[in-house]
Amino acid sequence: MLQQIIQILPQVIIDGLTLGFVYAVVAIGYTMVYGILELINFAHGDVFMTGSFIGAAVLFFMMSVGFLSSLPSLIVFIIVMAITAIVTGLMGVGIERVAYRPLRKRNAPKLIALITSIGISFVLEDVVRFFAELKTGNYIITSPPLFNQKMTLDIHSVMPVFNKITFQSSFILVFIVTIIMLIALDIFVNRTKWGMAMRAVAQDRETASLMSINVNRVISITFFVGSALGGATGVLFMIQYGTIDPYIGFILGIKAFTAAVLGGIGNIRGAMLGGILLGLLEMFAAANLSTITHGAMGAEYKDVFAFIILILVLIFKPEGLFGKAVVEKV
Amino acid sequence: MKINRLIPFFAVAILVFGIISGCSSSKSSGGSGGKTVIKIATQTPLSGGSATLGDAIRKGAQLAIEDQKKAFAKKGFDLQVAPYDDQADPKKGVANAQLIAANKSILGVVGHLNSGVAIPSSEVYEKNNIVMVSPANTAVEVTERGMKTVNRICARDDFQGPSGASFAVKTLKAKKIFIIQDKTAYGSGLAQAFRDEAQKLGAKILGYEGITVGEKDFNGVLSQAAAQKPDLIYFGGVYAEGALIIKQARDKGLNIPIMGGDGMDSSSTVQIAGDAVKNVYFSTVVGDVTKTEKGKKFADAYKAKFGKNIESYSAYGYDSAAVLLEGLMKAIDKNGGKLPTREAVAQSVRGIKDYDGVASKVSFDSKGDNDYAKIYIYKFDKASYPATEITQISKKQ
Repeated sequence: MLQQIIQILPQVIIDGLTLGFVYAVVAIGYTMVYGILELINFAHGDVFMTGSFIGAAVLFFMMSVGFLSSLPSLIVFIIVMAITAIVTGLMGVGIERVAYRPLRKRNAPKLIALITSIGISFVLEDVVRFFAELKTGNYIITSPPLFNQKMTLDIHSVMPVFNKITFQSSFILVFIVTIIMLIALDIFVNRTKWGMAMRAVAQDRETASLMSINVNRVISITFFVGSALGGATGVLFMIQYGTIDPYIGFILGIKAFTAAVLGGIGNIRGAMLGGILLGLLEMFAAANLSTITHGAMGAEYKDVFAFIILILVLIFKPEGLFGKAVVEKV
Repeated sequence: MKINRLIPFFAVAILVFGIISGCSSSKSSGGSGGKTVIKIATQTPLSGGSATLGDAIRKGAQLAIEDQKKAFAKKGFDLQVAPYDDQADPKKGVANAQLIAANKSILGVVGHLNSGVAIPSSEVYEKNNIVMVSPANTAVEVTERGMKTVNRICARDDFQGPSGASFAVKTLKAKKIFIIQDKTAYGSGLAQAFRDEAQKLGAKILGYEGITVGEKDFNGVLSQAAAQKPDLIYFGGVYAEGALIIKQARDKGLNIPIMGGDGMDSSSTVQIAGDAVKNVYFSTVVGDVTKTEKGKKFADAYKAKFGKNIESYSAYGYDSAAVLLEGLMKAIDKNGGKLPTREAVAQSVRGIKDYDGVASKVSFDSKGDNDYAKIYIYKFDKASYPATEITQISKKQ
């Protein structure tokens, strides 16, 4: 039993990391907005989904113009990522302007903003579905193949306890790009003026505004950065898994939110770690649960397993892995 | 400032106005010219992951109803189709069923696509005596509950699963089989039936795992499968997940036959899986209708009407509606040319014997199952749809 778990462990880790990185970057969007506004922005999962569709649209457009065959795919990829990130970033800012800022101005209770975000998420899903269906009548979109060379890492010959692992070249891309995004964000938040302003607003909005920080602009920037990262991750998701539909944001959004809570909501590094941890846990459970329980519990219980771990962590550390215990602000 | 306040007001006003005018225009198209209106409802997913199949059923039924429109007009009835979207969601299906029950002009339902939706919805139909003819529900429970209104023209899972298993074990010589199912009534029903029969035939079941509908990453389950080196993977579920499983399995180096049920029978399977779709088999309750003269004619008429090629279930949607209308016509004749009650229609439909449809002959037994139902095995030889029919297995063996 243990031998089989160990055999497939490298493969599980590779797959788990892929999923985990996606969770991590989406989780950042939740955690940043929560850190600043104490708002759970449920629409964020669907910003991610919209990003994947915008990426697909740009990719299809470039294919029809003939860029896809004439340019190296890495450059195509960078262009698609950049366009998507800017569009979804602006979309995030727009959502905040239209849906959350008016509520904030009138001092509406936080619950109202939460419900609004759920509403926005439905709107996004169905607007995207409408456009995706226009052409083919089917909203499951299959993206043109990019980075789908198969790679095999033969660690079996080096370390015979492990099976060899196979993955698509897109995995490397997901890996590198998310790491770049995570590091860039970390530098942005911790080393730049705007990052400092963001942290100040998160700590105490009123005092920050007294220190001549333009609070509304900081909030806009937060939404821009979070949504741009989310949208760019949507593109990565599309390239990695090949198909997208307008409802991918829901389950993924909930899992990413969970990851944010696991890492300590409001804490960016926590969200990164929480996402990777959740992806690994989920993949491990899917691959090994029935081996561990001798068939009593199958892979369908992977989410149960992952969430039990989450609850256990939260029982002993209610503020999350990286969260600070905060005294209730009044 | 004032203008700012007014903008949302205008937006809402325009929206409300749009909705109202949208509703009214759909009402005005229902003019019947003094005839008694009879409506046949279709309940299939018109949006959501299985919309391709659901829409095909609706279109097939619509074609049948339009073909029969004249015959009914002669008797003084205006035959209409009332499409409902169940969104492949049991809650939505039941809510629609209540609407259908409340609409007295609806005398029959063609639907559903998903057994999980059909089962709770048919409880409502039964209560209100509305006859249902299903083109696609293969779960055993659908007719096994002994309802007098529920009929189907396709085969059942307890026949589809075993037929698939016998093909996998006897023809493909699979000895070690890994089974994945999607936890829905349809998927797990099919997978269980497959598992039991395959075990009976002497194959070893290496694993029986579930996945969640709507997810995109099945690498965990597939790593487990790959580690055990099966020589066939069976998937009980629908193409949205099935095609991804095929693709991800091939990425893991599992170049073995993958088999599924009728939920895999869609052009989207090829679209999503691409080249990986080679060496994929599926059992289905629908045959390739274009092999017969009658079927070809149907395919042409369908193409002329909707500008789309037929999907697998189109002909079954057509036949379901046609059988329903046949029963309805008989009930009208029996009632002296007057509008029959819903009970009478249900009785009359159940009594149909040897109706010769486009896709299949139809004779309902006492449970509402079709005596002539067959299972067909298809294979994808190349990355194109439709797949090629390899063999058929008849219920009366």
